[in-house]
Amino acid sequence: MTWALDHLGDILARAAQHAWLAGLPLVLGLVIAVPLGWLAARQPRLRAVLLTTTGLLYTIPSLALFILLPPLLGTKILDSINVIIAMTVYTVALLTRTVADGLSSVDGSTRQAAVAMGYGAFARFRAVDLPLAVPVIAAGLRVAAVSNVSIVSVASLIGISQLGYFLTDGYARSYPTEVWVGIVACLLLALVFDLVIQVASRVLTPWTRAVAA
Amino acid sequence: MIRFEGVTKRYADASGADDGAGSLAVDDLTLEAPTGKITVLVGPSGCGKTTTLRMVNRMITPTSGTISIDGKDTASLDVAELRRGIGYVIQHAGLFPHRTVLDNVTTVPRLLGTDKRTARARAMELIERVGLDPAMARRYPAQLSGGQQQRVGVARALAADPPVMLMDEPFSAVDPVVREQLQNEFLRLQSELGKTILFVTHDIDEAVKLGDQVAVLRVGGVLAQLDSPAKLLADPVDDFVAGFVGRDRGYRALSFAAAPELSLTDEPTVRLGARADDVRAVGTPWVLCVDDDREPLGWVRAAAVETEVTRTLLHRGGTVASVSGSLRALLDAALSSPSGRGVVAGDDGRLVGTIRAAEVIPAIEARRDSTTEEATAR
Ligand SMILES: Nc1ncnc2c1ncn2[C@@H]1O[C@H](COP(=O)(O)OP(=O)(O)O)[C@@H](O)[C@H]1O
Ligand SMILES: [Mg+2]
Repeated sequence: MTWALDHLGDILARAAQHAWLAGLPLVLGLVIAVPLGWLAARQPRLRAVLLTTTGLLYTIPSLALFILLPPLLGTKILDSINVIIAMTVYTVALLTRTVADGLSSVDGSTRQAAVAMGYGAFARFRAVDLPLAVPVIAAGLRVAAVSNVSIVSVASLIGISQLGYFLTDGYARSYPTEVWVGIVACLLLALVFDLVIQVASRVLTPWTRAVAA
Repeated sequence: MIRFEGVTKRYADASGADDGAGSLAVDDLTLEAPTGKITVLVGPSGCGKTTTLRMVNRMITPTSGTISIDGKDTASLDVAELRRGIGYVIQHAGLFPHRTVLDNVTTVPRLLGTDKRTARARAMELIERVGLDPAMARRYPAQLSGGQQQRVGVARALAADPPVMLMDEPFSAVDPVVREQLQNEFLRLQSELGKTILFVTHDIDEAVKLGDQVAVLRVGGVLAQLDSPAKLLADPVDDFVAGFVGRDRGYRALSFAAAPELSLTDEPTVRLGARADDVRAVGTPWVLCVDDDREPLGWVRAAAVETEVTRTLLHRGGTVASVSGSLRALLDAALSSPSGRGVVAGDDGRLVGTIRAAEVIPAIEARRDSTTEEATAR
């Protein structure tokens, strides 16, 4: 406890870095996964291709991705952009299916009514399908958030500053307290993400709570 | 007027091969749905009713043939514009779960660019018009019963005041009592609005009740008969239609025959609380009880009255026919009455008199003679 208090500044700085490395890709990944998911939901053939590809992406080990990206992108190995991109890839991999499922979960008669009222494909997506898919997408986003927070900690192995540092450093120095601080900090960060997503989802979906008055 | 001309829809086989061997859902349909009238498409499941309906707003493209609205070929119109000019109501309403009732109803006007305030004001009017409490406007669809959702569906379809309405089994998913209410209010609404309506149902009773004209389709999408409900019941063109319109069609056809002026018998009456002696003094085994406004309450068996007439003693089985009702209602009142005397009330609900089945029959016979003459004259 004293160790944690003594190093509070360092812990907070690394936590902020960790939040940035895990959080920004969550946003970027969502922005990319929504159009991909939309395409997948519209086109059965495209769906198979997209979901298989994105599914495969998730199976690439994170360390490999962190190391493979710099030569591919021409970035420096210590550049945190590699982590951002890698985490975005994972987020897209997790979210594309969720978005596609969410969009196609809209009730048939609701969709039919929207078409019959003269909504074009894009307008319908924006005004009907997407808002209705929010609860499903939020659930997927929560999984992706936890997954990102945990994967980002691996980046300490390639020397990028975040909470994972306490795990590797504590292990190297055989100092369990430091490892525990790292674990708890990661956990708290994941909880914060989870909370933010849940609150956002609640705000966006007032109708889900309006049941049989 | 909606006009189908030689409209055929052939769905591709499951294989997707368009070799002309796909299943015919609608076969060379030629039909006119006149302006301001309800045209009902009725037929067994899978006979192509939904397909027919959806070809009008181009949710389905016909394989061949043309569909025009007021002389304009729908294929030549902008599809979004076409759809916004056509109200569409479906079985499970298809309301947007994420929008309040009010916002559901304003959908099409908002798509058409009406400003929010105007659209909402008109929506509130419609919500009341379809028989919903204005307080419901702020609810979400999940907070409404099936019948209420269906009313919102109707209000939403009417919001942009489209001249044409397509309705696909809109009342099929609600219980019979609510269905009857919705049907009656739909007829009342239509009498005020006069839309050109194409209405799909698999229920022949609903078809003859609502339709100004009824088109019976057989499986394979072939039009079997297009006629007024009365004509359909009286004169089915073939065994299929005869079987489809059902068994007691002779009796049901009487629904469309307005009751002629019949001489009714004055009926002695008693009030609630009448003493046993007074009831027996009437001299008939069954005595009609009325309230202070002379509205019929029910029959009471004189022998059953010990001290006075109470509500629990009233026989509730008899129906009351209206003087302006149909022969069917008149006959039913007579047949359902324990005394054999059918109770007839005026439009104000007050008792006018009674009539026996034997007195209704001649009116039915007289009507048959006149319609046969009419048919032969044609
Ligand atoms: N999208 C479709 N693809 C292939 N066949 C269809 C499709 N939609 C309907 N059908 C077939 O066309 C026929 C008519 O269907 P439908 O118009 O829905 O009938 P109804 O509404 O009278 O029950 C049925 O045999 C049905 O199986
Ligand atoms: Mg159907």
